[in-house]
Amino acid sequence: MTSENMLPQLAGTILDEEAPLTLAELTRACAAHAELIIELVEEGVLAPVGREPHRWRFTGAHLRRARVALHLQRDLGVNLAGAALALQLLDEVEALRARLRAMGGD
Amino acid sequence: MEFKDYYQIMGVKRDATQDEIKRAYRQLARKYHPDVSKQADAEARFKELGEAYEVLKDPEKRAAYDQLGANWKAGQDFRPPPDWKEGFEFSGGDFAGGDAAGFSDFFESLYGRGSRPGHGSRAPFHAQGEDRHARVLIDLEDAYTGTTRSITLRVPEVDAQGRVATREHTLNVTIPRGIRAGQHIRLAGQGAPGIGQGKPGDLYLEVEFRPHARYRVEERDVYLDLPVAPWEAALGTTAKVASPNGIVELKIPADSAAGRKLRLKGRGIPGNPPGDLYVVLHIALPSAKTEAARAFYRNMAEQFKSFDPRAKLGV
Repeated sequence: MTSENMLPQLAGTILDEEAPLTLAELTRACAAHAELIIELVEEGVLAPVGREPHRWRFTGAHLRRARVALHLQRDLGVNLAGAALALQLLDEVEALRARLRAMGGD
Repeated sequence: MEFKDYYQIMGVKRDATQDEIKRAYRQLARKYHPDVSKQADAEARFKELGEAYEVLKDPEKRAAYDQLGANWKAGQDFRPPPDWKEGFEFSGGDFAGGDAAGFSDFFESLYGRGSRPGHGSRAPFHAQGEDRHARVLIDLEDAYTGTTRSITLRVPEVDAQGRVATREHTLNVTIPRGIRAGQHIRLAGQGAPGIGQGKPGDLYLEVEFRPHARYRVEERDVYLDLPVAPWEAALGTTAKVASPNGIVELKIPADSAAGRKLRLKGRGIPGNPPGDLYVVLHIALPSAKTEAARAFYRNMAEQFKSFDPRAKLGV
């Protein structure tokens, strides 16, 4: 612990509505091409605030969704529509799991 | 180092065709994909699978692996044979997901480490470092107070010869009060180092809460199940409730039914606005093991003759 305590304390920014990511930042963070992110928006996987691509603003939740969609594409060989479907089903499974936990069934 | 049986990992025979290997990979990848699977060891299994597929999908690498012979067992102590790599030329740098740094020592001893794009070019090359991602687990209580986490990352570095080596890099990160599960903290300049004069990338930390024995969290709101005795629910009482930020006295109104939700405004995860704490009532029945208790329940049945708990079930 002692050596860790010597390290400087880093404070980052929380990605939320007040500190969102631009398309360029999200593209970099996903190590993807902007075209792919634009396709994700067109496919309805990501719903950023803002009308035109240069005004789009993304949150941490978008970052997560984008990365999962890109991982599924890369690792499982599904296309974007397939990844979108998988994400939607994963959301539903997660919501059901949360209800199960709330009912004490987990 | 330990020998890895790539055929066993992929669940295929040693004479499997390339098509069979691809099918096995797809099937197992869907099963163990860390974004899909909830299995505790999914990430490790998926990584192992990726490594096995990296070797078996490539006829060159597979042929070299097969040359080690079929007598090796998984986990056996392994050293590459002295004549290893003679007659084989591995292209390198073309690893799945560009994540060769994540492969095992066993893999690296056979096929080397990946080399970075840009290596070997004479012209000065500058590029911003990659952004990196990590997850950080905290307790719900930490979101009420804020906390510090030290995070250790394996950072790939390119040396003067263009080889990639990994180094451990520890960061002390402030997790602010009011953080919620699923939120991301961005640490500018803490990603992978840049190439040439390029700036380093950023580090993104995704925050997750450890599952809690007592509380459930939905966004900013926190839920707690509170057992009460039948007479407490019927007559009302004041109960001590352990909220994540201290003990509070909660007034339970008379004639409360099981499942009733009582809201403690602003006692959820702090923020602007803060979340609420919901206390959900559960009726705990005293056991009927003694004759006195059974007599009491019989008396209750007498007193509540018209009470039908299944009135709504229509039977």
